[in-house]
Amino acid sequence: MRQAPNAQARGFKVGRLGWSLISLLALGALWEISALIAQSRYLPGPATVFDVMVREARAGELWGNIAATLTRVAFSFVVAMFIGSAIGLALGRYKKADRFFDTWLIFFLNLPALVVIVLCYIWFGLTEVAAITAVAINKIPNVAVTMREGARSLSKDLNEMAHIYRFGWWKTLRHVTLPQLAPFFAAAARSGLALVWKIVLVVEAFGRSDGVGHQLNIAFQLFDVPMILAYALAFIVVVQIIELAILQPLIARANKWRR
Amino acid sequence: MAPVSPALSVKIHEKVFPAVADRPANHVLKNIAFSVDPGSFVIITGPSGGGKSTMLNIVAGLDRDYVGDVKFGGDAPTLAFVFQSPRLLPWRTVQENIALVLPDNDPRLANIPELLRRVGLTDAANAYPEMISLGMQRRVALARAFVLEPDILLMDEPFVSLDDPTAHDLRELLVELWSRRPTTVLFVTHDRTESVMLGTRILRLSPGPATIAEDVPVRLSVADRSNREKVREEQRRIFGEA
Repeated sequence: MRQAPNAQARGFKVGRLGWSLISLLALGALWEISALIAQSRYLPGPATVFDVMVREARAGELWGNIAATLTRVAFSFVVAMFIGSAIGLALGRYKKADRFFDTWLIFFLNLPALVVIVLCYIWFGLTEVAAITAVAINKIPNVAVTMREGARSLSKDLNEMAHIYRFGWWKTLRHVTLPQLAPFFAAAARSGLALVWKIVLVVEAFGRSDGVGHQLNIAFQLFDVPMILAYALAFIVVVQIIELAILQPLIARANKWRR
Repeated sequence: MAPVSPALSVKIHEKVFPAVADRPANHVLKNIAFSVDPGSFVIITGPSGGGKSTMLNIVAGLDRDYVGDVKFGGDAPTLAFVFQSPRLLPWRTVQENIALVLPDNDPRLANIPELLRRVGLTDAANAYPEMISLGMQRRVALARAFVLEPDILLMDEPFVSLDDPTAHDLRELLVELWSRRPTTVLFVTHDRTESVMLGTRILRLSPGPATIAEDVPVRLSVADRSNREKVREEQRRIFGEA
């Protein structure tokens, strides 16, 4: 590969993006070499996988399935963040409620995702609502625990200040409380997204007739490894774009006051 | 002239912090009664940990667990509180921190640039509190209190943990702000020079449970207050030492 002119001018200084690129290329090379050595249809090289990805994208299947999965991710994410935050804030504020429900929280934190998914399908049928409920139930306890920490750490000093200066509930919420909770919310959102999209795939594989998880399940039954890798890669790219284009700028904006 | 009605009258029969775990109940304040004329600058001083801040919190309405009552002169007096730490919102700029104590569209919002200039923060108007020094943060806290044009201004050792010159500058700034717009002030401090330099009246609390041990006026004009020699003399008269 040819070096970009301005990189040469800076004496081969590699930025953060440069390092990511080099590391990705190295991973690709390792994959290519392994595929060449293995010479197996169960370990296709990057080029084969890329071809499958392009073919699936042209046929429209890829985007349709990714869109279906993303919609489920979005719904279950919003539901889990909303309910989880409400529970977490309530537990952080009311000690008695916390003492009582702490055991429940531990129970749900340790309940295997698969159990929740299977039970939701059995109880509510193989429906969209059951799928989203199952994913949300898996995520809610984590959000609740993080937001409970946030509610516990709210500053009494700032609350007194807001009281003296008669901020009222809306001003207090917007300028005093929410900015203190923002880092906890961001942490819950980031770890939440990572968890939710993994569980959504499982839910789709079990009981949905579209989505990336469903496609992976079919490909598994056919032992179609290029298809599995093509979907996995496409999904990783989409999730990274969401992280870089939406989550990180939001977090950076919320943190600009920090030293 | 008819006698002026007090801006504030405070009666605290008793204030007790209940026993917690291995610590016994703490009787902090007992039989405290005083009233404050409008426009006076009252210093509350006494041993540290002796209930000065507790008294201020009671007057401010932050602490309602006491026996007694606090009455204000006006119907709904505007209160401002300058705390021991600046208590600014770190995620709002200097200017926003000041503006937030006023309702939206309040005419006093127009006074902020002038106020910022007087406290020397014009250039820091858009800085976040964590990016400026403690002395500057305390000036923001002062500006935030004064922009309200409060009827009662409560201050709890607002100049502690500053180096001497910075604390001195801030005291002069406070005198200047206060003489431009006199308001009733309750000011807690354990610094004797500060008491004499700022106050028009000094209330000295006894060791706990605290009562008012002494109530003396300060006889200094505004001009005298920036004269170190006169301040020292008055300090000797009131506290009886060098």
